[in-house]
Amino acid sequence: MQKKGDTIRFTQPPCILSYAAIGGKKEAEGPLADAFDLLVTDSRCGEKTWEKAESDFARYGLETALKKARLQPDLLDAVFAGDLQCQCTASAYTMRGFDVPYLGLYGACSTMAEGLALASCMVAGGMMRHAAAMSSSHFCAAERQFRTPLDYGGKRTPTAQWTVTGAGCAIVAPDGGLPYVRGVTFGRVRDYEIKDINNMGAAMAPAACETIVRYFKDTGEDPKSFDAIYTGDLGLVGSDLLLQLLDQAGLPLRNHKDCGLIVYDRETQNVQAGGSGAGCSATVLCCHILPALRAGQLKRVLFLSTGALMSQTTFLQGESIPGIAHLVELSAGLPEEDENRAGQPGAAANQAAKAAANALQRQEKEGAAQ
Amino acid sequence: MRPDPKQYDEMCKKASPPSPLVKDCAWAFCIGGAICLLGEGLRTLYAAMGLTLTDAATLTSATLIALSAITTALGWYQKLASKAGAGTLVPITGFANAVVSPAIEFRNEGLVTGVGAKMFIIAGPVIVYGMLASVAWGVVYHFLRPLMGG
Repeated sequence: MQKKGDTIRFTQPPCILSYAAIGGKKEAEGPLADAFDLLVTDSRCGEKTWEKAESDFARYGLETALKKARLQPDLLDAVFAGDLQCQCTASAYTMRGFDVPYLGLYGACSTMAEGLALASCMVAGGMMRHAAAMSSSHFCAAERQFRTPLDYGGKRTPTAQWTVTGAGCAIVAPDGGLPYVRGVTFGRVRDYEIKDINNMGAAMAPAACETIVRYFKDTGEDPKSFDAIYTGDLGLVGSDLLLQLLDQAGLPLRNHKDCGLIVYDRETQNVQAGGSGAGCSATVLCCHILPALRAGQLKRVLFLSTGALMSQTTFLQGESIPGIAHLVELSAGLPEEDENRAGQPGAAANQAAKAAANALQRQEKEGAAQ
Repeated sequence: MRPDPKQYDEMCKKASPPSPLVKDCAWAFCIGGAICLLGEGLRTLYAAMGLTLTDAATLTSATLIALSAITTALGWYQKLASKAGAGTLVPITGFANAVVSPAIEFRNEGLVTGVGAKMFIIAGPVIVYGMLASVAWGVVYHFLRPLMGG
């Protein structure tokens, strides 16, 4: 493991063993509908409240990811999860049903990258064997918490974004094939004094710019060597601002994509500036980016989740909105150096370590079976 | 080079698409006007049924409030308002919608702590400052009335 600046790069990159994305009604009408593992068109998920429904979405996400990895929940060493509800309750209530260690995260919409980065560090550092990263959001639960009641007759501004109803979950392990997590950059809070709660993209763009610039400075990589650089939910306005900021910072990007602009069709779905929410980057990662990496359609990507860290209270008190962005470097292959050095002592040691890890996994599985 | 918050604010303003003012105003005018026309129609109807003008006006308000409450509960009012904007906000129906929508939304938090406490979360300030304004005007009127020969 190497740390330079804010970036940690793994000499033995952990793998994303499995992933799952669950979506709601609006997501079922969007361009990614076919890619979701499960779509639930009932916004209450058969429950009495939207908050419970969000917990159900997260539960389905974790269960599906576990099933796809052929893992029993008790093999998980930890779940890093977060959501937008007050005190992170959607995740906490989901974890009532799983008897595994849980670490609640609040990074607003940046939670997925934050969780995935932490899980990868834990696994790469040998502290954990299986760690899950999970994040969810629910349009109705978020609207009533941050804005006005759903049936209140208000008009949405063109810069407003639509909170994704859904959950994404990824399970990280030391081995298990592609896709790999090659490195992470934890973000710093940036506040450019944006106060408009209906223009979150603008509030988050400087934080995304900061993290991207730091990543490239720390690693010396060239943006051109990536197939795409994904941001979480900057939407139309935030994406435009990010590209302008990066231009000014001397790092023009030509391969930027935003999950908030992928998850919905802005032309037909009446979502104003695009999608947002903790579930936005989580679902697009788990149903679009990771499958493309596994299928070899993408070779190397950077994945950032961006978060706006205000609350209803700070908003009413006239505070500006601080932004944050965490970055995860993903690839379909192992580091080129390892491939080039096949047969050398370093690679042999690598293989020996993997064999030992496999043996450990088998023992654990047998132990669990007994 | 990094922009300072002022420069960034300028960049934001340029990047943010403006609200389509002419289209929004046209929608607000037509829908708001239609609601008022409905009110006028109802008042004429009630007057034709033999009610006094005062009673007809009161009954018209009550009918519009009831209609707004029902359409809010059915989820139609919000759909109309997303197009009409101020056209559905300004008439008395907008006030009814502002009371009914939180009442529906917070029923899961209980009848007292949910519906009861949250019902006036949007309309509350209108009532408080509306009353305050009427009191202030009452005082002014008290002193003006003798001058107006009342």
